[in-house]
Amino acid sequence: MSGNMNLTLKVWRQKNAADKGQFVTYKAADISPEMSFLEMLDVVNERLVKGTQDPIHFDHDCREGICGACSLYINGRPHGPKQAITTCQLHMRSFHDGEIITIEPWRATAFPVIKDLAVDRSAFERIQQAGGFISVNTGGVPDANEIPISKVISDEAFNSATCISCGACVAACKNASASLFVSAKISQLALLPQGQPERYRRAQAMVAQMDKEGFGNCTNTGACEIECPKEISLTNINRMRRDFYNAKFFKEEEIN
Amino acid sequence: MVLDSKTPQGPLAEKWNKYKFDLKLVNPSNKRKFTVIVVGTGLAGASAAASLAELGYNVKAFCYQDSPRRAHSIAAQGGINAAKNYQNDGDSVYRLFYDTIKGGDYRSRESNVHRLAEESVNIIDQCVAQGVPFAREYGGLLDNRSFGGAQVSRTFYARGQTGQQLLLGAYSALNRQINLDKVEMYNRHEMLDLVMVDGKAQGIVTRDLISGEIESFAGHAVLLCTGGYGNVFYLSTNAMGCNATAIWRAHKKGAFFANPCYTQIHPTCIPVTGDYQSKLTLMSESLRNDGRVWVPKTKELAEQVRKGQVKPGDIKEDDRDYFLERKYPSFGNLVPRDVASRNAKEACDDGKGVGTTGKAVYLDFADAIHRLGKDAVQAKYGNLFDMYYQITDENPYEMPMRIYPAVHYTMGGLWVDYNLMTTVPGLYALGECNFSDHGANRLGASALMQGLADGYFVIPYTLGDYLAGIGPKPVDTSHPAFAQTKKDITDRINKFLAMKGTKTLDEYHRDLGLIMWEYCGMARNEAGLLKAKGLIQALKVDFWKNAIVLGENEEMNMSLEKAGRVADFIELGELMVDDALNRKESCGGHFREESQTEEGEAKRDDENFAYVAAWKFKGENTPSELHKEDLIFENVKLTQRSYK
Repeated sequence: MSGNMNLTLKVWRQKNAADKGQFVTYKAADISPEMSFLEMLDVVNERLVKGTQDPIHFDHDCREGICGACSLYINGRPHGPKQAITTCQLHMRSFHDGEIITIEPWRATAFPVIKDLAVDRSAFERIQQAGGFISVNTGGVPDANEIPISKVISDEAFNSATCISCGACVAACKNASASLFVSAKISQLALLPQGQPERYRRAQAMVAQMDKEGFGNCTNTGACEIECPKEISLTNINRMRRDFYNAKFFKEEEIN
Repeated sequence: MVLDSKTPQGPLAEKWNKYKFDLKLVNPSNKRKFTVIVVGTGLAGASAAASLAELGYNVKAFCYQDSPRRAHSIAAQGGINAAKNYQNDGDSVYRLFYDTIKGGDYRSRESNVHRLAEESVNIIDQCVAQGVPFAREYGGLLDNRSFGGAQVSRTFYARGQTGQQLLLGAYSALNRQINLDKVEMYNRHEMLDLVMVDGKAQGIVTRDLISGEIESFAGHAVLLCTGGYGNVFYLSTNAMGCNATAIWRAHKKGAFFANPCYTQIHPTCIPVTGDYQSKLTLMSESLRNDGRVWVPKTKELAEQVRKGQVKPGDIKEDDRDYFLERKYPSFGNLVPRDVASRNAKEACDDGKGVGTTGKAVYLDFADAIHRLGKDAVQAKYGNLFDMYYQITDENPYEMPMRIYPAVHYTMGGLWVDYNLMTTVPGLYALGECNFSDHGANRLGASALMQGLADGYFVIPYTLGDYLAGIGPKPVDTSHPAFAQTKKDITDRINKFLAMKGTKTLDEYHRDLGLIMWEYCGMARNEAGLLKAKGLIQALKVDFWKNAIVLGENEEMNMSLEKAGRVADFIELGELMVDDALNRKESCGGHFREESQTEEGEAKRDDENFAYVAAWKFKGENTPSELHKEDLIFENVKLTQRSYK
């Protein structure tokens, strides 16, 4: 079709975690600008399969920017050249005919490669398990309107809660720090009245687990905020630090 | 087999409370002697796993994603219904019950639906306690909006990301139990079969999607919370990985499949652009609160629009047909989904469609922006508008959205009784994968409600009754049934890996989708369904002969994963067609062209079809056997649904 593009892909291929891995070059011919980036990879994969070659493995699921499964480090940027979207929302109209596109997995010690472009993000799971919750059982809770919450506070908690756990913040950071992700979860619950009783325990537990997983420290470069598909703010990191230091240096009853 | 729904006796509003008292309990110190397997970690699965673990049961939970939080409940946009009557606008448990029964076109069980409406209010309380940031008014109390099929505002929401926030709430409760070692979580594990011991469900066989290891797990009960089967159509609003394998395997082991033909085609999705299309994206129904649906009044004008000679903004009011407002003055743009979808299809079939393909209608926000201001519209729908812009490269603040119906939800699923138990003892189905609460059409903002009601507030009661009955005798995987099922699965995988044909799995899946959409989609008739049946049977034969499956089992292998899923979709597709053939009436999302009113609306046949069609698997390439559960309406009067 007219307007379709011919592209060259340099894709990271790695058979499994033990394999060294390498870039492999593929031609992606006749690509419509209306395709999403992942649909372009589907087309390339269909052609590979027809030639009985192993398709390029990558994580993806909802394809509407909300599940956080998709990743991909495209031309040196997590989720590609555009801001505030995930790779599955990226469309080929953001590229031009003849372009060479480099596609890599997230690179971080705490995110080992499973195969090709798919990485193991279970470190994020363990951080959330360490304290990313309010300890209430099902049933026996107050009526929802018995806890009035200022709209401003509620909206701000929501902004933190929109994090999709994709790991772009880690991939963007030169230290592979997970601070933006961890602080978003800590902030959501620290802002809300329901989260107060466990606020300081939570901050300590989650930060401790983050350190244990081998993520680097935050040095305030701010790359994470720029690359975050959900535009999670750096302010969250300040909130996390405040709660963490309060918890470290004071007894809980002395804070506030 | 007589299908016993176990519906309790007594007045509708008292059934559930009385029943809860009559159910057997498991002693607190005995609960830890039971293991419960939960497959799927969306709203139903995560809430069930967390709630059961809180009670003291040991839970093993499984999901195919790399995190339970990625289950497709995460993508639900608009909201969750609850009969709180916070708006003082006349809502009540009975009204929510009534709207849901009517919305489902009188093809659901009264007792289940009433229980759902009762529990709806508890869900909101639970979610707020977990820290779910629902939208609020400046006074600090919760905000509501209205949704299709209702005349009250009872929908709670978190911007356009309600499913995400509710799932993160349930996920946090699940994480707490993982942290307490009460839940063992298995990510990237796909259930491939059910293990039966002495006629009861007692475990599952899974494949580790990274190492390929085939493992078996034993439990006193198995809960399937694996979502819908909309991906039979290839293109749908489901996630790419959503599949029917768990329920289809369970069906083959004896669980009846109810109303498979009831699929929901959602009216407001972004239209298809090309053959490479991998999925369709929904634009929340909440948009119909403020967006107005229209097409050009004449075919000639529509033709000019399609060619790009006329821009939608330049079309005068008099030359537009706001067809939903015109035909349904009392509900207008907020008619139920099935009605809105059919009318959009009709307009396009009539040559009035827009967009380059002619398969789209407009959803226009110009009036809302004029009335409320751009900022107010942005606050309500900002993320949806952004999503639309990303996909289409068109700015909906300046141009009307183009929308077209797409497969979204499946009301059918495994048959369950009032306890949510399938026809296999010890096997339960929760959330979208059961058939229970939405009849022939689901109302907006009711899926989240059902998933969470099943998981938080129904299964914790009803499961105890079964477990108390069987007793805490330990179960493990030493029974020969486990080894046998593992062997069956390994053989099947080897069979797939030996398939070195010429046609890709996606090509088969796409072919199946086209057959289903054409003949078993928004409108169905006997000749088309018979044709579809033949086509699917031929596709199945060809699949096992000519499909290409690559790689080996002992690695991450997307080709092998797809092979199993597509093979099951093909078989389920045929059952959907059988069910659609059997149901000669129209009802809800199932529109049989032979059964319509003079005005072209769906015409039910209550005399002959007021029943649940539950199909029993009888063996490979053998017709399934139909069992009927008669639907008895003691409280509502069956009327022809009208939204005029």
